[in-house]
Formats: sequence, C-alpha cells, structure tokens
Amino acid sequence: MTMSRWLILGATSPIAREFARLAAAQGAEIVLAGRDLEDMERSAADIRVRSDRTVSVVEFDALDMASHEAFARRVDEEGEGTLGVFVAFGFMPSQTEIDAAPELGAHVISANFTGAVSILQWLKPVLEKRKGVVVVLGSVAGDRGRASNYIYGSAKAGLHTFLQGLRIVLDRAGVRVINIKPGFIDTSMSWGSVKDGPLMATPRALAERALKLADGKGAGESYFPWFWFFIMTIIKSVPYRIFRKLPI
Amino acid sequence: MMWKTAAFSGWGRLPYGTSQATRPERFGQLRAAVTGSGAGTLIARGLGRSYGDCAVNEGGRLVLTERLDRIVSFDAGTGDVVVEAGISLRSLLDIFLPRGFMVPVCPGTAYVTVGGAIANDVHGKNHEKDGAFGAHVRWFELMLASGEIVRASRDSDTALFDATVGGIGLTGFIVTACLRLARIPSNALIVRERPVPDLDALLAKLHEEASATYSVAWFDALASDGSLGRGIVETATVSPTNIQVKPRKPKSLPVTPPSLVLNSISVRAFNALYRARVPANGREKLLDYDRFLFPLDSVLGWNRMYGKRGFRQFQSIVPAAALVPLLERIGRSRAGSFLAVLKAMGPAGTGMLSFPTAGYVVALDFPNKSGIVELLSDLERITLEHGGRVYLAKDSCLSAQGFAAMYPRLPEFLDVLERVDPKRRLGSNMSRRLGIRGGTP
Repeated sequence: MTMSRWLILGATSPIAREFARLAAAQGAEIVLAGRDLEDMERSAADIRVRSDRTVSVVEFDALDMASHEAFARRVDEEGEGTLGVFVAFGFMPSQTEIDAAPELGAHVISANFTGAVSILQWLKPVLEKRKGVVVVLGSVAGDRGRASNYIYGSAKAGLHTFLQGLRIVLDRAGVRVINIKPGFIDTSMSWGSVKDGPLMATPRALAERALKLADGKGAGESYFPWFWFFIMTIIKSVPYRIFRKLPI
Repeated sequence: MMWKTAAFSGWGRLPYGTSQATRPERFGQLRAAVTGSGAGTLIARGLGRSYGDCAVNEGGRLVLTERLDRIVSFDAGTGDVVVEAGISLRSLLDIFLPRGFMVPVCPGTAYVTVGGAIANDVHGKNHEKDGAFGAHVRWFELMLASGEIVRASRDSDTALFDATVGGIGLTGFIVTACLRLARIPSNALIVRERPVPDLDALLAKLHEEASATYSVAWFDALASDGSLGRGIVETATVSPTNIQVKPRKPKSLPVTPPSLVLNSISVRAFNALYRARVPANGREKLLDYDRFLFPLDSVLGWNRMYGKRGFRQFQSIVPAAALVPLLERIGRSRAGSFLAVLKAMGPAGTGMLSFPTAGYVVALDFPNKSGIVELLSDLERITLEHGGRVYLAKDSCLSAQGFAAMYPRLPEFLDVLERVDPKRRLGSNMSRRLGIRGGTP
C-alpha cells in the first residue's frame, strides 16, 4: 500500500534524499524534517521539479526531545490520509573520537536511540489514528558489540529491541513497523572508514529497498543487502575467545 | 570535513598516486571542503569520466561533487533549468526527455556531471549545428578558492565565465548552473549509416550530410594505403513522430580482462565485423536519443576492457590537410583500438581553453603499452604543425610547450586565475603537467 504522506526524519542524509525522491515519484506528499533547513529547502525544490508533489520542510532535532510533542502534533494537524514515517537520522563518530571525548558516548546514544524512541513515542498515537507504516534504519552494528564501534552498536541494539516491542503494539492498530539493518552504505558515515568494494551498497539501492518493504505487506527485521544475514549469523556465532582477536 | 586517502585515476585507468578526497552531501559542506586547510592543491571531481589527469590530484585534495545533484528550478516556458553541478546528464535526461526537453549538447556518455561538462566544455555529434555545452549555459555560480561565491554569465564577469567554460576546474567550484534545455518534437531520431571506402569518400559524405543535426564517422584505425579512412558515416535528423522506448538496462563488465585480449588481430576482426553490419548501400533506422547518443553506456565500466594497464585516448582537431598524416601514423602503429571517431566541427565558442573549433576532430583509444607515449608525441607534433589542438578532457600526454602553442588564449586565462585564485590553491596533475601557473609535473 502506498502512503498519502511520508514524514522523513533526518532528511539531509543521501539515503533519505533518495527515499524522498522515490516516494514522491509514487505520488506521496513529502515532509522533510531535519536540522539543516537551507539544505532541505534545496531538496524540496528538487523533488517539486522531479515529481510535481507537495513538499514541505520542518525543523526537527532528534536531540531536542522537549520539542517532539509539538512536532508530532504539527504532523497530525498538517496533513491528510495515511502516514509513512522514515527514520533516517543517525550519528556515528569513530570509536577513537568517542574515546578522546568521553561525553560523546552518551551523545551517540541520544542521537541514535533516545531521540528515535522519543519521537516515535509521540508519533505513536498519530500513527494509530491515521494508519500507515514506520520504516527505521537499524544497523548490523547492533547485532554484536565490537571493540571498534560498540557505542553506536549498542544504541542500534537498543533501537532494534524498542522496535520489536513497538511492532507488536502498532500491529494491533494496523500499523507496520519495519527495521532494516543496513551493512556498508556508501555515505559520509562509511567515507574513509570502509573501503570501497563488493560489500558497499548505494544509498539509492537502500532507499529502493526501504520503499519496497513499505509498499509490501510484511513487517519485521531484515538485512540490506540480504547477504548480511549470513555475515552476521557468522559474526554472532564466533566464540568470544576468537572474536576478541578479530580486527573488526 | 571527512577526508579519505585513496588513489584516483581518470577514465583511462592509468595508475596514479593517492590524494585526500571528500564528498560533500549537504550544500553547507562544500564551503567547508573548499576553504579548509590541507595538503597540496584542490580540484573538483565529478563522475571521473575525463580520461587523463584533469580530475587527478596526486598529493593534493579532491572535492567530489556527485552528491550535490539537485534541481533548483525549471521553467517549462523557456527550458531553463537550474541545477547543482553534481547532477549527471543521465538524471537530467531521465527527468526531462519524457517532458519533451533535451540536454542540447551531450558527449558520448550521459554519466558526466553538469559541472564537468562545463569545465571541459564538452561537445557532441551536433557540434556543427549547436556548438559546445558552454553555449547553452546561461549563468553559473562559482565558489572561488576563498569560499566566496560569484555569479558569472555572458553579461556579468564575462572573463570569469569564459575562463571557467573549458577551464578544467581551475577557476573554482561550480555550485549551481543554469542551462537552457532544447524542446524536441519527439523522442526519436532518423539515423542513417553509410559505408565509405576511404578518407575522401568519408569527408565527402560528411560534407554532403552537413544539413543533418547529428553527424559522425567511425573509421577503421588499422586500415592503410588505399583503404585509409574507410569506415561508416552516421547521421541523424529529428523524427517528427515518437517511438516506443524500452528502458535500457546497462550491464557491467564483470571482470578486468588481461591486457593482451585487445590486440591488432582481435581489433582487425572486430573492425571487419563492425563494417559488415552496414549493407553497401547503407541503412536507415529510427532510434531513441539515448541509444543513438550513448551506445557505450550499455556497458558500465567498459574502460576495464583495456586491462590493468589502462588506456590513453588521443583526440585532436585538425584541418583536413592533417588527416592523412595523422591517420597514416595511427595506422602504421597498429595500436589503435576499434573506438575511432572522425567528425566535422563547427566554429569555436567563447571559452578561453575550450577545445571545439572549426576543423575535423579525430579521436581514438590506445591500450597503454610500450611505444604509446612516443606515438602520442608524434600525433601531438603533427597536430601542432597543422595548427590543430589536443582535447584536455581526454589527454594524458600533452607537453607544456605543445599546450601553450595550441591554446593561444592561455595568457588571458592566467590573468583570470591570478584574480580569482591569487594564492594558487587550485591545481591538478594536469595543470602541473601543462605548466599552468608555473607548476612542475
């Protein structure tokens, strides 16, 4: 089922931008939400020319949780029909940066987990009323803590568990909750930290997958690209005494 | 800004050392990338389709523009579209062809950015009729090395406009550009192919078909003596009616074959087959714009076909008198690949370092093996002796002296650089190789 309206949280990421273009091409009204208003206005203009759809830009800061109630109310009041919510914001400094500035640890948890919980809790009644779908970008990093990325990984693990529960609650209201756990995606998050290679997928391909899942009937967790299921099955099953020696 | 260290090459895949590279994803990140401090010089890089080293910057920094790819506005009345410089012609065509608008000048691939198309002042098979890409640019905003954004057009700061069109990125970073798209009556072209037995027949046929919107000739780079210049002349005119277009599904070259797969025997066989496709009295067919303009775009990464050592392209514009010596020297080398093109060009545009000008353009690829640099140096000499010029977007070998002689407006160009980049923060392997602003290779 295609949505009448898509709310895109963290709209300046290249994945979100491609998603917005694709959703608008399907005929949905688009609400771009994020912090960089200047950049989102450029994306809004782009989508209007490409698809001739209504696109609006709203300020949204995952960390400013006091603003989330009013934000959710505005989403409820300013649109009609079914609502899709695409949660694409995230923040992943390197473990080295976090270790150099310990306060960054809690910040990473807020930006990836607490902020998402906060806004989705406020949006829950709106979704129950309007019906629709929630698509969230989780991460393979949430499947097992690794020395190189465990703060970000733990935030995503928390997010995965939160979504498992939210899925059950919203399912009762006919709203599906989809969690896509991407592997390496070619964005600024992986720029310089992951080598180009066959494991790297494009933001466009992930956006296409996300929209396809949203249009389908299923809910639940899935990996993107699919082969991460096998990689992560192995990574999760490696015994600790071996795992601790792996350079990952 | 996130910078990563990696080796970048041109489309010819010649081996170069590493650079620092960043890829802004939001508009505000571009300025941070340009004004930030770091090693060496800076240069913009789009989709990496320039063949040689104009978007290569060993020991320096690259700003990759492809993620800033948005359309700012479109006026269906005039056809004016304002875009961020990282948008590809592929995207523009996907969006606007179905609405009856065409990018007025397209090179042989649609996988180039608008910024790259301006910086190389690219041309297409319609150069005689429509000029080069820069002729259709109404204005652009350029971020100078200082981070300042200036607007240039034919009316305001003409010198900066003319230095940037064809200026291989040395004036700054194009932020947004306004192009005038052309209205087209249909999505199709009537394409005619005629075989020609030799160079005289080829030139006569090109001349005879001068009224066609698009014209180009393929020639057999291994032919010599009496059959020198034998090939196929291809022309196209706009069809009044639409055709059904099946979307193209480009394939990728799955592996890099060994360098020796392309040799004079395999190329000879290919050339014979390629010529045999077209019956002696020619043929005519309807083709959509995409398939006519970008036949090579059906294989992504075809440049890997030349193997690990990569390839070099030679492309120059010369008067008719230079064609026989050029083609003879190419034929004698037996090194030419099957991708060999000859075309009549129209008058020059206004870009100070723009390549297109009246004459005949010759282009072909050579696998990068021993003797190729010497061959290209001979071809440079023949070109120069006849008052011709080599195309920087394709070049990897031209000498600084040859460059200065071929591009007489270089002093004007340098004056502009002195004004917009007084601290000499911008530069590339190409600018150093060609001695632009006294750089050393």
